[in-house]
Amino acid sequence: MSIKDQIRDEVTIRFAGDSGDGMQLTGSLFTNTTALEGNDLRTLPEFPAEIRAPAGTVPGVSSFQLHFGSKEIMTPGDVCDVLVVMNSAALKANLGLLQRGGTIIANTAGFDKKNLNLAKYGEDENPLEDGSLSDYNVIEVDISKLTKESLSNTSLSFKDVERCKNMFVLGLLYWMYNRPLESTISFLEKKFSKKPEIANANIKALKDGYNFGDNTEIFTTRYTVKEAPIAPGTYRNITGTDATVLGLVSATRKSNLPLFFGSYPITPASDVLHGLSRLKNYGVYTFQAEDEIAAVSSAIGASFGGSLGVTSSSGPGIALKGEAIGLAVILELPLVVLNVQRAGPSTGMPTKTEQADLLQAMYGRNGESPAVILAPHSPADCFDTAFEACRVALEHMIPVFFMSDGYLANGSEPWKFPKKKDLKDIKITFEPSRNGEAKKYLPYVRDDRFVRSWAIPGTKGIEHRVGGLEKEDETGDVSYDPDNHEKMVKLRQAKVDEIANHIPLQVVDSGNETGDVLVVGWGSTYGSIRTAAHELRQEGMDISHIHLRYLNPFPKNLGKLLNSFDKVLIPEINNGQLVRLIRDKFMIPAAGINKIKGRPFGVDELKQEINQAIVTKSNPVKTN
Amino acid sequence: MSLNTKIDKHLSNGSNKTPDYSGKDFSSDQDVRWCPGCGDYTILKQVQNTMPDIGVKKEDIVFISGIGCAARFPYYMDTFGMHSIHGRAPAIATGLKVSRPELSVWIITGDGDSLSIGANHFVQLLRRNVNVNLLLFNNQIYGLTKGQYSPTAPEGSVTKSTPYGSIDHPFNPLSLSMGADGTFVARAMDRDPKHLNKMLMRTHQHQGTSMLEIYQNCIVFNDGAFELFTDKKSRPREAIYLEQGEPLIFGKENDRGVRLDGLKPEVVSLADGKYSKDDLWVHDEQDSTKSYLLSRFFDAPEPGDDFHLPRPFGVLYAVDRPTYDDGVNNQVDHEVERRGTGDLDKLLEGPETWLVK
Repeated sequence: MSIKDQIRDEVTIRFAGDSGDGMQLTGSLFTNTTALEGNDLRTLPEFPAEIRAPAGTVPGVSSFQLHFGSKEIMTPGDVCDVLVVMNSAALKANLGLLQRGGTIIANTAGFDKKNLNLAKYGEDENPLEDGSLSDYNVIEVDISKLTKESLSNTSLSFKDVERCKNMFVLGLLYWMYNRPLESTISFLEKKFSKKPEIANANIKALKDGYNFGDNTEIFTTRYTVKEAPIAPGTYRNITGTDATVLGLVSATRKSNLPLFFGSYPITPASDVLHGLSRLKNYGVYTFQAEDEIAAVSSAIGASFGGSLGVTSSSGPGIALKGEAIGLAVILELPLVVLNVQRAGPSTGMPTKTEQADLLQAMYGRNGESPAVILAPHSPADCFDTAFEACRVALEHMIPVFFMSDGYLANGSEPWKFPKKKDLKDIKITFEPSRNGEAKKYLPYVRDDRFVRSWAIPGTKGIEHRVGGLEKEDETGDVSYDPDNHEKMVKLRQAKVDEIANHIPLQVVDSGNETGDVLVVGWGSTYGSIRTAAHELRQEGMDISHIHLRYLNPFPKNLGKLLNSFDKVLIPEINNGQLVRLIRDKFMIPAAGINKIKGRPFGVDELKQEINQAIVTKSNPVKTN
Repeated sequence: MSLNTKIDKHLSNGSNKTPDYSGKDFSSDQDVRWCPGCGDYTILKQVQNTMPDIGVKKEDIVFISGIGCAARFPYYMDTFGMHSIHGRAPAIATGLKVSRPELSVWIITGDGDSLSIGANHFVQLLRRNVNVNLLLFNNQIYGLTKGQYSPTAPEGSVTKSTPYGSIDHPFNPLSLSMGADGTFVARAMDRDPKHLNKMLMRTHQHQGTSMLEIYQNCIVFNDGAFELFTDKKSRPREAIYLEQGEPLIFGKENDRGVRLDGLKPEVVSLADGKYSKDDLWVHDEQDSTKSYLLSRFFDAPEPGDDFHLPRPFGVLYAVDRPTYDDGVNNQVDHEVERRGTGDLDKLLEGPETWLVK
């Protein structure tokens, strides 16, 4: 039988298995190889909430989705074309994400009676046998047995052999999609350099998986996905978390300050702590505090001493940090607060994504306590936005929120990374020492941007006290004077508003600067909105897309842009938060498109919602 | 630190000589606003008097407080200072000390601030052994909120929030500190300025978290809480001043001592000829078992019990253990030495790249 070779411009593969099956590694290795082949791509891993849910059960399923193509790829894909399932639970958990007519590669060993029971299929029910998968192209392979045979000549334990079956699957997928094995082989050699027998076994399973595709007759088609038209340059693959880490480290370098990172472990933000804790030789001090409050407080203490103080968490932890962030607001010290958002309220769904902490960042503190809010729009953009968050915090002596989410943090994409010399310097100066000068140092005197000076301990002649009590203008002395309090509240607000003069104007991401429909997004919805807007324009709609990085303050020209369209739609993974800020600030009847399922928008879903919203939800913005 | 940061450059031109200060040099221009007769006044005075003797430049001293009456303290010191939020001063001080280990950092806190809302940070600070000084002003009452019982208030305390007497069992701050593996545990009182001054000096000298509890009288809401120990008449009988290497002797005529019967301390008379100085417990501030026993000299005397244990003042426990801030900085230095100052371009590039033409 001859094997057909087909060309595809995009493919979405989903690897799914038990959390012990190594699906995350399989997915990321396929990703690296695919990136090296020049495809554009996006990925999204999904982990179970439990660390080790009972093996073989649906809650224990871990999956990794990869969308790659020879064109611009902006999302990990709404649905997949190929679903790899290592057991029956993986099929049960993921079948809904496979498009009709898609391919299932099923490890038959995972469909024995025991596994079917664990996955809670009915008595005598086996999806591989009962015809329920007739809409799909099912390829059955006994991966467990084939891996065992492949490694029969090794002295590895049963458990170690079992652990190589993900490499067999990876090899098979490499064959299907015409990918080379070299990058994975060199990864395995490096990873298991101290255990050559494990490295060799994994490599053998990988190669045998590849050869299995070649030699068996189950497969009728191989696919080729050509290089994508990507801007020239040197690229690497990067996750949102890694980009955030690099953004922070770069900011310390470009400001020449030590980075003090106070953090408390919380899903999905902990990986930032893990990443930074390895970079001590970059002048990074990480402090795993006893709780969220100590984490932010320690960062404030470090900022008081002249370091770049950063803290990180997710929604529940940010709630705990609230009082201390208010302290940083009134102290007027630099502080960067990373919020890798997850579904709430309360503990909510820790491993699921959501954008529901925007109003918390905006209003979630006592008193009038304005802070700056920035949001990255893609995994790689976490770099630029984290860097910018540090710049604003340092140059404006103010707390800045960085609002990413689980989807951005764990997702990955190719990144044309910058060189150190291309990054802008962050300009800060410390208040200089004084030698018996008659004039007393006044800590709350401001420059023309309303920014006070950074006066760090160790500097002679400027000893002074700051604190959480309301302070007198200029002197910083404790004051209960009514007029002074009002003045200080307005000054702290003016300081935030002034930042609008020191950030770029808002640009239209795609579409015209004026027209029928404007879709306004923020954060991780970028890829879905961009792709949906692009497709809707091709279908004839006059639609534009702008994506906000600066949520407080808004860019100066945002009002003008909003008023240049008949209808403004605001899709968010929450119950409507940015839409409230926009309506409040600009008094326009913007309409929300909201999804609150712990998952990002699918492109088709969003297109439908936009089409529907234009008819039903939205009133014209323009009054003339 | 081997990384020459903007902070290092900023500080590099300072002189190394510490001027001859007087206590007045440490008094800020702010009016002190505690209630007249508050024990805080003497503590402030003694801290200001101690500062010239510690040999640290004013600009290198930082006072950090939380919330409460005592927390106003930094405003009155002409050093760097921060009046922060309730209970969190130890966490703020940890961030500051780790990033600026050369500074002399003092935490000012009260019984509510550090044993109620901030109790977690208090014990974490002690176990980490961050090289800071913590002055715990204990007055067994919430003063700033006008008179509720505190976590050190004795059971049965009748206060605004406990009209029928408090049910809570109180903390013993010194036992708690030892339980948290604190390396310096000491007690002083506002009414004995000379001894307080000595304790402040020891507090400064110790490398690691120095926990000095100071009995402080709240004249408005809890007047006389420590009168038994502070009153000149009862003090000799009720308080014992600890001296390293000296036997535990107290009493107006030095007529009493404490001896150990196994692990059981007992008060004995030195007047009746049964016991002499040589039979007594000799204070060893490095012996954690004995120091812990001393911290348990805590019960209120039963009426009529003439031979009850006195309350110890002085340094109960002082041992050396590597400090947290040293550990963190050594690790950074070690990594810089081992791997060289991080190359940002290499980091940005990551493990694997590809070229798109």
